[in-house]
Amino acid sequence: MSTVIAPEREFSPATTLSADAPAIELLGAAKRFRTPSGDIYTALHDFNLTVGRGEFVSIVGPTGCGKSTTLSLISGLAPPSAGEVRVMGEPVASIGTQLGYVFQGDVLFPWKSVIGNVSAGLRFRGMPKKEARERAREWIAKVGLSGFEDHYPHQLSGGMRKRTALAQSLITSPEIILMDEPFSALDVQTRTLMEDELLELWSSTSASVVFVTHDLEEAIALSDRVCVMTAGPGTVKGIYDIDLPRPRHVAEIRFDTRFVELYRDVWENLRDEVLLSYERAKSNG
Amino acid sequence: MASLVHATLDEGVATARAKVRRHRQLVITLRIAFAIVMLGSWEILSRTKIIDPFFFGRPSEIGHKIWVWATVGTPDGPLWDQVWITMEEALLGFAIGVGAGIIFGLALGRIRLLAEVLGPYIKAANSIPRVVLGSIFIIWLGLGLPSKVALAFVLVFFVVFFNAFQGVREVNEDVIANARILGASRTTVTTQVVLPSALTWIIASLHTSFGFALVGAVVGEFIGSIHGLGHLIAFAQGTFDTNGVFAAMFILAVIALAAEFLITTLENRLITWRPSRRDEVAL
Repeated sequence: MSTVIAPEREFSPATTLSADAPAIELLGAAKRFRTPSGDIYTALHDFNLTVGRGEFVSIVGPTGCGKSTTLSLISGLAPPSAGEVRVMGEPVASIGTQLGYVFQGDVLFPWKSVIGNVSAGLRFRGMPKKEARERAREWIAKVGLSGFEDHYPHQLSGGMRKRTALAQSLITSPEIILMDEPFSALDVQTRTLMEDELLELWSSTSASVVFVTHDLEEAIALSDRVCVMTAGPGTVKGIYDIDLPRPRHVAEIRFDTRFVELYRDVWENLRDEVLLSYERAKSNG
Repeated sequence: MASLVHATLDEGVATARAKVRRHRQLVITLRIAFAIVMLGSWEILSRTKIIDPFFFGRPSEIGHKIWVWATVGTPDGPLWDQVWITMEEALLGFAIGVGAGIIFGLALGRIRLLAEVLGPYIKAANSIPRVVLGSIFIIWLGLGLPSKVALAFVLVFFVVFFNAFQGVREVNEDVIANARILGASRTTVTTQVVLPSALTWIIASLHTSFGFALVGAVVGEFIGSIHGLGHLIAFAQGTFDTNGVFAAMFILAVIALAAEFLITTLENRLITWRPSRRDEVAL
């Protein structure tokens, strides 16, 4: 056990007060899977990351480097194979319900209407139907879908489904928001629009965000810090402070000189990993 | 300008509708013509003795037989009693089979250990040609209703079970994860996420399984009974009454079609959220 724990973790759990503990701590976290052929595949290796309260952190890395795995560890959907994961100072023991998770794919309930989908989280937590629907109506307005309350997901466009998914995850006022390439399936215009809307929604909360993406521009435009991962098995390669002023407008900030500088710095570091991952994919394919 | 565009658009919609209507009329006319040609040639071939009426019957005689059964009665008693007995057996077997199939499908689909332990036994049980179980059920349960219900049940159960099980397995893992994070307990996930998701599969299986319920009831009556449509067929067969066999067959087909219609209605009521192909009308 002690061999896999990162050296900087010297404090004992008892001295950590959960009131002022960071929102998320990944301490020497590793995740290994057994492949169907019986081999062991290491997705994540000695991963250390701390996310402060109210902080917006992006994780970028090449395809298949274990970015999404970090989110399943934080959410408690999968336990770490080694190391420790803490949320609000407490070790993650089960699926966390004080967090919101925006998945990469389409995970709306297709048999529920927009209002049914958005109110689902409140209903699961035992709120009476009438109250839950009222709150859902407010959130549907917030994401700009008023008038579509009774539509089913299959009747909506990709962007509208993503808005519904955002409202569905945020309605429970989570302290932690995990996002797994949420906008990767959208066209460029819709995507920029959604990124601005996300920043606006987030600025009115005190939530911490972990945003996984393979798009470095998106990561820099949105975040306070960007964490670059190595090609699998994934570990932290570098963490960059993004000192761009807020509020930001995603479409315009890309032309800011500081943005370009930051982009060049981070890309310098990320490029080798992307090339390595590309070479591996080529030799495997 | 704008009103002109609207006018031509409206016209376009009107002609498209008229086109759809004309097409539907054509289909119905051709269907009726097909039936007339088939039954007519059967009747003519039989009357001109090109095919032997003793072995092949004759549509007019079959119609007459049904009329006599309905007005005068069958060898086993009034026709409606025979129809109702068969229906009762099929419906009971169907209801119990569907209920048990869904419960077992959900349980085995959700509880991995249960599926691993019981899986091979269910596969083995499914590989038995189930119609032969009819003989065992008649020995165990006698000539009355229970043995037919049991046979209909085993035929229905496996169809619904395998569909429900597959439906549960097909549920998107991320949708379940999403529900869990939104605060749903394991039970809530089963009832509010897995069941509605698997419902498409389950209802699809109802179409085939009602047919199986009728097969179970009729074959059960065939093997050993004192009334019902299956017994009517067995009796007609025993007296070389070809028209009687065809008449009972026709009645069974009408029942199956009516049931199919009811299940389709139920399907449309329950699965309103599914993208429907009828939404699109080609212009």
